[in-house]
Amino acid sequence: MQRILAGDATLIETVVLSLQVSGTALLLSTLIGIPLGAFMGLTRFPGRRLMTALLYTGMGFPPVVVGLFVYLLLSRSGPLGQLNWPFLPALFTPGAMILAQTIIAFPLVAGFTMAAVMGVDPHLRQQIQALGATPWQSTLTLLSEARVGVVVSVIAGFGGIISEVGAVMLVGGNIEHKTRVLTTAIVLETRKGNFGLAIALGLVLLSLAFLTNLAMLQLQGRTFDP
Amino acid sequence: MSQPVYRLQGVTKVYPTPSGQERCVLQVDDLHILQGEILALVGPSGAGKSTLLRLLNFLEPPTQGTIHFLGQPFTPDREMPLALRRRVTTVFQRPALLNRSVWENVRYGLRLRGEGNARERIQAALELVGLRELADQSARQLSGGEAQRAALARALVLEPDVLLLDEPTANLDPYNVGLIEDVVRRTNQERGATVVLVTHNVFQARRLAHRVALLLDGRIIEVAGVEDFFERPRDPRTGAFVRGEMIY
Repeated sequence: MQRILAGDATLIETVVLSLQVSGTALLLSTLIGIPLGAFMGLTRFPGRRLMTALLYTGMGFPPVVVGLFVYLLLSRSGPLGQLNWPFLPALFTPGAMILAQTIIAFPLVAGFTMAAVMGVDPHLRQQIQALGATPWQSTLTLLSEARVGVVVSVIAGFGGIISEVGAVMLVGGNIEHKTRVLTTAIVLETRKGNFGLAIALGLVLLSLAFLTNLAMLQLQGRTFDP
Repeated sequence: MSQPVYRLQGVTKVYPTPSGQERCVLQVDDLHILQGEILALVGPSGAGKSTLLRLLNFLEPPTQGTIHFLGQPFTPDREMPLALRRRVTTVFQRPALLNRSVWENVRYGLRLRGEGNARERIQAALELVGLRELADQSARQLSGGEAQRAALARALVLEPDVLLLDEPTANLDPYNVGLIEDVVRRTNQERGATVVLVTHNVFQARRLAHRVALLLDGRIIEVAGVEDFFERPRDPRTGAFVRGEMIY
């Protein structure tokens, strides 16, 4: 606890990395999930039912299974590891952790966004088109009308990744000064018997989650259409 | 009141049914809507009146045929340019307002056009429908009549060339019916806007319209000046509808 209060450098590094990994993954999930959710909620196309079922399945992905999938994908003998593409992250790097967390969070963001836009008054879409909205303006307005649900989708995505340990442990490896984040540090300290430190790290994690959600809730009261 | 704003030729609208078949809900061989007139579309439920209104607002393309609007064709594979589409707007039977203040709802269409700062126009539109006092109130707190007047204000603030009204006073009390009819009449007389009014109410059609068209089963049975339509109908079905004798 003293290390936390004293602003221990290793601890700060762990907190910063946690925020960097989960923040980047959340940003990517939001960029993928909100347009995907809006598209699926507002359009009808062949195979939509199947896609919805896949999306809902994705919302319940166990993080450790996602971690295993990304591990196999990126390992040297895996299908992507062999390609040596420069933009693909290597295993046991923050990039691999971000990829795994993005896969965990984007179905949550997309699924809740889809439900939120489907909950908007179905007459509204036609009426705003009658007022001269372009398809893009219409989509932004409907997302804005569904903003409470859209913000909840981002919060759900954040909650799903800031607290997960299975995927980041598998693809990150919990390497000190490199891939150690708050959740993997808690597991390590608990195993070492440092319960006080583990609890303190848990409190830091909870505080971060609380403050981030508080900031995101501010968005619920804002409109963001043209 | 002589130049046609709309010219519909061979227009049909077909929808698929849940059983996988197709159902033709509208078939208009020839219809002209004239500049500055109030045309009432009357007919029973399911006659195709609202479908015709959606086509006139370019919300859906026709399945076949051409709708000429100010000389520009609107066909199954040719969209109406945005600038022309924005010269038309609709007030629907059940107003769906944004979850914002009344003021923001009226401002919405102007913002879409990049004219969101036109405060005086918004104030004038709210004044016209008697909602100036409620400008800051949430639209969700309005009564049915107030919500419909807000929907009318958000349409009128755009100063449309064509105002389409889909049963705008159904289920409203006499005060709101009178107020909305008065605003529609003034919009037509003072601004010269063309109005197409869909209504079940033959009395309202008679009070407001210059011409009346009867739709039955997706087809226009008769179009005539208001006096001729009600006093000297050419088609026996028009006479039966006007007298309230039509069974449907």
